[in-house]
Amino acid sequence: MLSEYGAVLIFGVLSIGFIFVFLFLGKLIRPDRPNAQKNSPYECGEVPVGNAWINFNIRYYILALIFLLFDVEIALILPVATVYKEWLGGDFGLYALVELLLFVAILAVALIYAWGRGDLNWVKGYTYAENKSDSQDSKS
Amino acid sequence: MSFYQELPENILVTNIDQLLGWGRKHSLWYLMFGLACCSIELMHTGGPRADLERFGSAPRGTPRQSDLIIIAGTLTYKMASRLKLLYEQMAEPRYVISMGSCSNCGGLFDKAYSVVKGVDQIIPVDVYLPGCPPRPEALLESLIFLQKKIQNEKFLRK
Repeated sequence: MLSEYGAVLIFGVLSIGFIFVFLFLGKLIRPDRPNAQKNSPYECGEVPVGNAWINFNIRYYILALIFLLFDVEIALILPVATVYKEWLGGDFGLYALVELLLFVAILAVALIYAWGRGDLNWVKGYTYAENKSDSQDSKS
Repeated sequence: MSFYQELPENILVTNIDQLLGWGRKHSLWYLMFGLACCSIELMHTGGPRADLERFGSAPRGTPRQSDLIIIAGTLTYKMASRLKLLYEQMAEPRYVISMGSCSNCGGLFDKAYSVVKGVDQIIPVDVYLPGCPPRPEALLESLIFLQKKIQNEKFLRK
């Protein structure tokens, strides 16, 4: 008789065998007519130019992160702006205004942080790097 | 009823051509190739009312995964080379539905200097769908027409 582990082994062998049997069947059945055009990289129909494995500047990443800040801000403030006049009529107006200012202030902290780090400067001078290395030296 | 009495009623006999056709016609993933206003109708056809996906036809963003390209709109000479490359990059077997008058023969714009007078001058077309633009029902009809064509193809004797 099989032990419990024997059943697991049979399951394993069958499931691995299943994959190869059907890959082999697919290879028998499917048309296989490669050519240079078919094997070329897909670039939305454009003829690819140069190598795809290039590095993008890391500064684009920081810019995208800062964009996210303003993106969230506009996406959440704009709906409020449409109904704000109705709120002014009730006793909800001041509360909403304080809430909005608080929200903007929280996001502004992030902006100030990025500003302080010098991430808003596209051309970063040598002084920034030197200062940083100095401070690291002084710490160590 | 015992298992052996039921058995003959539950056995289906087919051949590989039929089986392959049956499988292929129900998984016609199409490459989104919307060029003009026909692509709006194409989007409607993919939407919940006409629901192209109940025929096993799902939109794809890359030609590698596509079996079908639906040319929806006016093909210009500038786009023609791209269309040719996209068609070449699709996996075989591949099918083409030419949707709307513009892609059939240039349609409304056949006097324009920049418009290709028919997609069939660039790539082979399986189904021509007339209309300007065709309604979603018409696109469904053309897909069913293509399915019938695929079912009757002899893949293994090519």
